[in-house]
Amino acid sequence: MSDATNRRTPVLATRDLQKSFGLTEALRGVDLAISPGEVVAVMGPSGSGKSTLLHCLAGVLTPDQGEVTFDGQVISALPERDRSRLRLKAFGFVFQFGQLLPDLSALDNVTIPLLLGGTKRAPALKQAAEWLDRFGLADKGDKLPTQLSGGEAQRVAVARALVTHPAVLFADEPTGSLDSLAGEQVLAAMLGEVREGGTTVILVTHDPRTAAYADREVIVRDGRLSPGYRGADQGADA
Amino acid sequence: MTDMNTSTTLLGLLGTGPSYGYDLKQDYDRLFGSKRALAYGQVYATLARLVKAGYILLLGGEAGAGPDRKRYEITPQGRTHLETWMFTPDVPSEALQSNLFAKTVIALLLDDDAERLLDLQRRQHMARMRELTKEKQAGEIGTVLLCDHALFHIEADLRWIELTAARLGELRTAVTA
Repeated sequence: MSDATNRRTPVLATRDLQKSFGLTEALRGVDLAISPGEVVAVMGPSGSGKSTLLHCLAGVLTPDQGEVTFDGQVISALPERDRSRLRLKAFGFVFQFGQLLPDLSALDNVTIPLLLGGTKRAPALKQAAEWLDRFGLADKGDKLPTQLSGGEAQRVAVARALVTHPAVLFADEPTGSLDSLAGEQVLAAMLGEVREGGTTVILVTHDPRTAAYADREVIVRDGRLSPGYRGADQGADA
Repeated sequence: MTDMNTSTTLLGLLGTGPSYGYDLKQDYDRLFGSKRALAYGQVYATLARLVKAGYILLLGGEAGAGPDRKRYEITPQGRTHLETWMFTPDVPSEALQSNLFAKTVIALLLDDDAERLLDLQRRQHMARMRELTKEKQAGEIGTVLLCDHALFHIEADLRWIELTAARLGELRTAVTA
């Protein structure tokens, strides 16, 4: 999939995506194509529809009209059970805060996706420990989330999102609750790992300094991609 | 030349229709000149240069609201020059704001796509921020801090662009009143 010959085939794409909540039109026709291994920042003012776009891309929400394809397969029409399986197998998620299970140690938090995916406990613990090590948290495995700093907790959350080697990582304001320095450390660690592994990243943020870590950005405004940003290949390195 | 471009801004005012030097100065001061009103001499010198460049024509003839009788009109060449100015983003710098503000106001006066020019500028800014971020990631602490300094300044511009984009309707009402 991240084969160089296939780089032009999008890993994730939307066509005329529309989604309303009651009378509020959150998305009003979004066309977007994301290449394998790309890191794309989704920016826009509060209420512009950027989180709705992320949830539709991740198969959490189903659009009213239009479609989402992942790896060439239309996922927006799949039943919830199949989408749920896809999320577990192919997608990773990082949110702004409150995502670690408070009663479990850092290590146990990271093992969860592996156990849910059917990995046995011993190999799951081994892989989780390796991921904590990659994020500089080798000595924090037995700590509870409340015993970790904000930046450490967020790195545990990133390790948990990446432990299953997802094809796509969805990150919704992943550094939103951290100060500048801790935020940068989390981003640098996260993007270092995903670029090495060829993982595609959808990074929702309102912060330009965070978005500057991406290959390109799209701007959502009033449920549409902003005109200067329309199209799939507006030039990652233009 | 990242500071406000007086010559092209006057050309932009003429883009809304033929006008006199006196009226142009009044319009300019009302829209842009609260702290730096134009001198009449500067207006006429600029208009003469624009005529010479082929961007405007001297119509002459009837009297306007002011004392002068020279009336100017934008040429197709002038309009092309104006469009190019409006939709060419500036190199990010600390002194960029006034030129960008002028472009935005002129685009609104001409009923052109002000949102697009702000987007183009935003792309230019984000591209520069990506370069600085790459440089920073590969750099020593000194480079990191210098890049951070530049990044924070560009971010301030971006915030202004964001806010202006969100208030375009309000600005349109104010400038076209």
